[in-house]
Amino acid sequence: MSATKYPSMAAGWRLPNLWDAVAFVCVIGALIAFGHVAEGTLKRIDAPGATEISLDPWNLPNYALRTTLRMFAALGASLFFTFTYGTAAAKSRRAALVLVPVLDVLQSVPILGFLTFTVVFFMNLFPGQVLGLELAAIFAIFTSQAWNMAFSMYQSLKTVPADLAECSTSFHLTGWQKFWKLEVPFAAPGLVWNTMMSMSGGWFFVVASEAVTVGDNSWKLPGIGSYVALALEQRDIVAVGWAILAMLLVILAYDQLLFRPLVAWSAKFRFETTAGTTASDPWMLRLMRRTRLLKLIGEAFGDAAAYLGSLRLSFTGLPRARGRQEPSRLIDAAWIALLLAVLAWAVWRVQGFASRELAWSDVEQAVLLGLITLVRVVVLMIIASLIWVPIGVWLGLRPVWARRAQPVAQFLAAFPANLLFPPVVLFIVYFHLSPDIWLTPLMVLGTQWYILFNVVAGAAAFPGDLKEVAANFRIGGWLWWRKVIIPGIFPYYVTGAITASGGSWNAAIVAEVASWGDTKLQAHGLGAYIADATDRGDMPRVILGVVVMSAFVVLFNRLLWRPMYAYAQRRLTLA
Amino acid sequence: MDTAVDVRPLLIDVKGCRQAYHKEANADLVVLDDVNLTLHEGEIVALLGRSGSGKSTLLRIVSGLLKPTAGSVTWRGVPLSGPTDGVAMVFQSFALFPWLTVQENVELGLEARGVPRAERERRAEGAIDMIGLGGFENAYPKELSGGMRQRVGLARALVVHPDLLLMDEPFSALDVLTAETLRTDLIDLWMDGKLPVKSVLMVTHNIEEAVLMCDRILVFSSNPGRVAHELKVPFPHPRNRLDPAFRQLVDDIYGIMTRRKPVEPRLPTAPAPSPLATPLQSVGTNVMSGLMETLAAEPYNGRADLPALAGALQYEVDDILPLGETLQLLGFAVLEEGDILLTDAGRSFVNSDTDDRKKIFGEALRQHVPLVNMIRQVLDERWNHRASAVRFRDELEDHMSASYAADTLRTVIGWGRYAELFSYDEEAEQFSLEDIE
Repeated sequence: MSATKYPSMAAGWRLPNLWDAVAFVCVIGALIAFGHVAEGTLKRIDAPGATEISLDPWNLPNYALRTTLRMFAALGASLFFTFTYGTAAAKSRRAALVLVPVLDVLQSVPILGFLTFTVVFFMNLFPGQVLGLELAAIFAIFTSQAWNMAFSMYQSLKTVPADLAECSTSFHLTGWQKFWKLEVPFAAPGLVWNTMMSMSGGWFFVVASEAVTVGDNSWKLPGIGSYVALALEQRDIVAVGWAILAMLLVILAYDQLLFRPLVAWSAKFRFETTAGTTASDPWMLRLMRRTRLLKLIGEAFGDAAAYLGSLRLSFTGLPRARGRQEPSRLIDAAWIALLLAVLAWAVWRVQGFASRELAWSDVEQAVLLGLITLVRVVVLMIIASLIWVPIGVWLGLRPVWARRAQPVAQFLAAFPANLLFPPVVLFIVYFHLSPDIWLTPLMVLGTQWYILFNVVAGAAAFPGDLKEVAANFRIGGWLWWRKVIIPGIFPYYVTGAITASGGSWNAAIVAEVASWGDTKLQAHGLGAYIADATDRGDMPRVILGVVVMSAFVVLFNRLLWRPMYAYAQRRLTLA
Repeated sequence: MDTAVDVRPLLIDVKGCRQAYHKEANADLVVLDDVNLTLHEGEIVALLGRSGSGKSTLLRIVSGLLKPTAGSVTWRGVPLSGPTDGVAMVFQSFALFPWLTVQENVELGLEARGVPRAERERRAEGAIDMIGLGGFENAYPKELSGGMRQRVGLARALVVHPDLLLMDEPFSALDVLTAETLRTDLIDLWMDGKLPVKSVLMVTHNIEEAVLMCDRILVFSSNPGRVAHELKVPFPHPRNRLDPAFRQLVDDIYGIMTRRKPVEPRLPTAPAPSPLATPLQSVGTNVMSGLMETLAAEPYNGRADLPALAGALQYEVDDILPLGETLQLLGFAVLEEGDILLTDAGRSFVNSDTDDRKKIFGEALRQHVPLVNMIRQVLDERWNHRASAVRFRDELEDHMSASYAADTLRTVIGWGRYAELFSYDEEAEQFSLEDIE
């Protein structure tokens, strides 16, 4: 696990090495590019070129940079949100009463539906400036990234090992020190993994959030998303191809440059007390460890962070003994009364709003369309499982193949599926196929990989002795599937299927409506309903659609996935 | 009790300490009751007792991690309100931070106090060398064996130079040889005056360990936890486990720990304790018949000295005592002053074949375990011969903590299944008479 040290490098070299030169050039290049982007961001909205897009592929590197920076800005906001919201939810019992359910709902709300309204809000903050549009786009991306990260933080903080927590207290670590020494490191592996997932989720929103239409005005922020939108309007399939290529390269770049090293590095924080087999370090991490300049910078950051983390800041004084005094009932009562008051007010507002703007028939229609989308999701999950479970098992049982397949499946899961929509739309238009059926697979295009790579992981972890037992008793065919392998991989499968089905619901808003130039394909379903209402600027129906969809997702999770997950944990795991 | 006045400075003084958790049903669940403890400089003291006797709770109270429900704790004459600088703790599970190296783990306590980096490193290296970890400074805990990990735990506690070192079953997660090496290393450092501590308080359930290492032993009784006995260990270090006097003391402590609790005088107004009030210890039927067979055979012929038996079977006191007590509860054996005797019922069990054993076991259960009777009665009365486990667990929880109730129920399920008195469906959490008779 410890960094590989090369004697020649560790010895006191005074001169920078070749890698330093490479790193130096890269840093300078990055700085110039940053300056360029900042300039573009601070322009006025009607300045020439501020919100115009050209389909010339040579503009793509610049667009890709703008888009990537937008995503990282959103990621920064998400991290801030994670550290504040997630921590508050885990640390305060009273705050958790509100924060946890809210987060649970936010996770399943398709915020995409509210895009139009957030754009108006941010544009009013910075009238006439590109910055308002930028912030609106960043906010949209943020909403696709933040929830699962905050949830991961919350869950990690809730499961910090008791002995380590006790140890920190007994060694007088202040709350601040404990947070950075124990809680954040413990949460790190989960958080890094979720950050990676969030990044892929964000691409979905990039395409939708860079090109926005409010009323009669429409803007296109320079970026890959706008490029794709324009290409679709102008029916330029070659340009779509270029955009896909650019995005592939960007994803490959940050995957290799940032996330692989991060994941490998965060393995150090994994809470396990046995030395497991560790994969070899990714090349970027090796580069960072070998390059003097990068290493120095890294160490400087590390030292600064360590210094900050070890400050004896304390907000509550020295750690006290866990008292037995009951939490004050009076404050509890006051807090709950306050929550009830807020709830009553919200119910009153919603009721007033609904009775003014909506009729019962609207609700009926939304629920009916929700059922159609539900059928789609269920059918897709069944089909995807039928295809990927056997393949995943086959791959997983062969270690060589499992090692090859795993990164590919993870990469495919990171690839934003909506970029593959245009070719599919073209295909449907060309062959005059029914959108109700043929748009459906788009929903699962990006999410099916979760099933695959979880099943591969499950099959790879299947105990060797059980395999031998099955072979010894000549268990084969259907019996083998039923009694041996399916129960064996079930917990992994459920984990993957939960992610896949959640993603499919969210994708419905984008997947049930697709356009190619003037041709607009529309399937029947709740996603199309929301997309439609958004286009018309029909706020009540957008809200209704989003609420109904959230309700479907929450119910689907509670009634199907959670019991299945609990069953898998209870019955199908050894220990 | 020691009547001579101890002139050495007093470190910890615990008076009338009580720790109870509130239960809604009737009485509070008492973990510690009226415990007194004084600790002076220059002594190693053991808190010896079975699991669940509250000794670890007392250790946490002394460390300032836990505030007792009632009673006073003073540290050098000042009431204790939280972890103090003078106390450091070693954990049973080692409690090492997996993402910190050995060096960083050891520096943790110093860092928390804002000790400057250079001094931190110097002191940590000193502690690491003293405890025999030199060369492992840059290793991560997962690269170390259990014994080396606990050495890190020790170095981390010692580096802050605590006046009092607390150890919570520090060697129980290690194998026999490793644990022994660590014990002797620690005692050697203590005797040489190299250990930068004034006093040591350790929790253990290993009688020999306590006699080997400590100057004074407090024997705890369970339910509720009380100091049942306090004795001095008069032997000089290094001690020899095979010394007859050593063996005699170990034997005596076994006797103390197996002694039946004196029946407490009950107030006339207090209700009689429910037959369900005794928690059952999770002892499997296989190990019970195994022990009975061993006892019946040569060389024991129905009677064995517990320490010798434990030694022969490589059992710790925490394994052998629940086993003996359960056999006693079921009427298969009797515990007497550190010995175990097989009864006639036990003999006839040993001499029977599988089916008869089940019958004998079933009769013993119905005779001695009220909970089994209750379950069977309910099942017999119901038209469908089914009953949910939840109601029995609820009833148990009125008398004991939730985890004890769960253990007790699980034990009864295992016993009842073996005796074929009832069957149980884990998924539905339901007792039934399916496949019975």
